[in-house]
Amino acid sequence: MKTVRLTIDKKVVEVQAGKTILDAARIAGIHIPTLCHHPDLCVAGNCRVCVVEQVGVRTLQASCAVPVADGMEIITNSAKVQQARRHILELLLSEHRSDCVNCYKNNHCELQDLAAKYIFTPVTLIPLPALQHYTIDSSSPSIIKDDSKCIRCQRCVRTCTQLQHVTALTVSHKGHEQKISTFMDKLLNDVVCTNCGQCVNRCPTGALTERNYIQEVWDALLDPNTHVVVQTAPAVRVALGEELGFDVGERVTGKMVSALKTLGFDSVLDTDFTADLTIMEEGTELLTRLKAVLTEKADAGTLLPMTTSCSPGWIKFIEHKFPDYLTNVSSCKSPQQMFGALAKTYYARKRKLNPAKIVSVSIMPCTAKKYEADRPEMRSSGFKDVDYVLTTRELARMIKMAGIDFMSLPDQEHDSLMGESSGAAVIFGATGGVMEAALRTAYELVTGREVPFANLDIKPVRGMEGVREANITIEGCLPEWSFLEGVELKLAVAHGLTNAWEVMQAVKQGKAEFHFIEVMACPGGCLGGGGQPIPTNSEIRLKRAQAIYEEDAGKHIRKSHENPEVLALYKDFLEAPMSHKSHELLHTYYIERHCN
Amino acid sequence: MEKTVLEEIIYRQGAQRDRLLPILQDVVEQQNFLTEGDMLHIANLLQMSAAEVYGTASFYSFLPLNRKGKYMIRLCKSIIAKMKGSDQVLAAITDQLGIKPGETTADGVFSLELVNDIGWSDREPAMLINDKVFTDLDPVKVTHILTNYLKQASTQAFVTNLSTN
Ligand code: SF4
Ligand code: SF4
Ligand code: SF4
Ligand code: FES
Repeated sequence: MKTVRLTIDKKVVEVQAGKTILDAARIAGIHIPTLCHHPDLCVAGNCRVCVVEQVGVRTLQASCAVPVADGMEIITNSAKVQQARRHILELLLSEHRSDCVNCYKNNHCELQDLAAKYIFTPVTLIPLPALQHYTIDSSSPSIIKDDSKCIRCQRCVRTCTQLQHVTALTVSHKGHEQKISTFMDKLLNDVVCTNCGQCVNRCPTGALTERNYIQEVWDALLDPNTHVVVQTAPAVRVALGEELGFDVGERVTGKMVSALKTLGFDSVLDTDFTADLTIMEEGTELLTRLKAVLTEKADAGTLLPMTTSCSPGWIKFIEHKFPDYLTNVSSCKSPQQMFGALAKTYYARKRKLNPAKIVSVSIMPCTAKKYEADRPEMRSSGFKDVDYVLTTRELARMIKMAGIDFMSLPDQEHDSLMGESSGAAVIFGATGGVMEAALRTAYELVTGREVPFANLDIKPVRGMEGVREANITIEGCLPEWSFLEGVELKLAVAHGLTNAWEVMQAVKQGKAEFHFIEVMACPGGCLGGGGQPIPTNSEIRLKRAQAIYEEDAGKHIRKSHENPEVLALYKDFLEAPMSHKSHELLHTYYIERHCN
Repeated sequence: MEKTVLEEIIYRQGAQRDRLLPILQDVVEQQNFLTEGDMLHIANLLQMSAAEVYGTASFYSFLPLNRKGKYMIRLCKSIIAKMKGSDQVLAAITDQLGIKPGETTADGVFSLELVNDIGWSDREPAMLINDKVFTDLDPVKVTHILTNYLKQASTQAFVTNLSTN
């Protein structure tokens, strides 16, 4: 591979051709500030905070946009560079409602960080009149969009278009009227937005934030008349530590449980439990659909491919973009909502609690889960099944607020009754995980043997490739499944909605035939969710994924159908997968939505 | 714009993203402005997001948008209404919201239109806000009503901060 030699601040650096000056500087350990740049997105080059001086070139260069060349001499911190950066920041701040102490992003804001470094005499520019008129859109249950905090770096627009193929956001108008808009500046909740929060995760300022329910949860915790249960999603335990002083990729499951108990939750339970349950239901559903198509010659197109349904961003996406395929989506609720429906029925009954007094909270890597919990269908217990959804970031905030010394907490286990889980449930947090978990169970159900992969690790569906395809031939079926003998199951895994869109386009155009498709709305799956710690990027996603697979490997139960609490649930309450009761509580339906 | 007319324009220009601007220009040439429906239809046919079409349209001042507010005020302009003082009511609305008939406030909350009859000629001046009727208006009463709507608009999803200084 061709390499290029240049010097940055007198240091000789050798990098691959095609890298930018910014890349080269990072490799050399030299920090250049950025705002519009994000490693997950294409280059925008619009903020110019990253300018550097190139010896022999008069104008300053935007280091995130300019490729390296042999013999380049770069200076990252000259007087000219400093002055330019300061000037850019002053302009940004003059248009910005710099209300840091009242701002949700206080202390987590890239603009504020830069101001702290570069602005040491008050900005003298007069705030622009544009500021006198702004909109705070809090229509979405997931996201708040505050235009007065926006610096128009367009990370959100690129995220929504490049990663998510949604383009709910765009740049509208020009000059000092330029802003980030939805179609006709409608409310975010009235447009195609999937609530995935990927834009929130990348916004450098307080312009896009999750809608937080911290106060609501405190109120519930401090109310002596409520019983507050909490469920923790698989991806939270491999990322929460990042907010609380741990290195990326460190698992903090036990400390997370301790922290939740210290915060006052009456019962600390696990979404992983209902992830196992999802596998039982969804696996059975897949086999039922296969049977209908293979033996009863049912209309194949409406039943297969079956897609997963645990990612609410994906659900809203398909409702908007591929409404003809809603029958192909598994009718299983997501693990969060299965948990919610059971918390106020099964759990309440077992614990002899009045469901009206139960407040059900979930800790999710996801902003779309907030929207999901608010969907009118999600009240099958007779109450709102999940009352409040907090992101990983909100939980970290509560832990800090309570003054808990997270690092020195002891490890504790989840409470019982809906707290037990298998390794198959843990990997729900990574792209490919639901597929792998489903295969571990379905294959064994059909053949009576474990999936033919060493240590049950189904490597072909793992990884970070945007779309992964795998085929598994079923051999040696038990008599009742003989219709599957020799069938080659065609599987696809997609993460990030742009990849999901591609798979669905291929299906729609008849270019691909799959039996089962796993889709996660967020890059990397839930571990890269919109509610996860900021920053999230490919390197960080990889480390979180490693942590998830380590957690799986360390579990003594690795398969969903061996989770004893799940088996007990069927015995005592649900009877069997896809039973009448299951349908009532654990399954749902989808709604066609307009496409703007 | 009639869908068929719009489709004809798109057919002539070519249904490609890079033809968006000339398509928008043609629409404006024929009907002087772009409506929400036009933009949606164009987005659909060019297979792009509606937001993107809006982004482009809003960028160029020669592409006027005909946008409607969240609350559409329809004030009756019949002779009877005028005799009973609808002009003063109109002046009060214009003063308070800063828009003339046919316009929308910059925050997209109110649009104002004059209409011939809303069926309340015995109780003029009368107006509709979306589908709600208000009768026997005078400047004080109408100001009151609009203030209530403004409050509602700001406590709902929409916070429009008019004075930050
Ligand atoms: S967005 Fe950042 S700079 Fe702006 S008010 Fe919030 S914390 Fe301060
Ligand atoms: S909303 Fe955030 S990400 Fe989007 S342009 Fe504004 S500051 Fe950048
Ligand atoms: S939440 Fe997702 S879909 Fe909605 S605007 Fe942000 S990136 Fe786009
Ligand atoms: S970070 Fe390089 S131009 Fe914005």
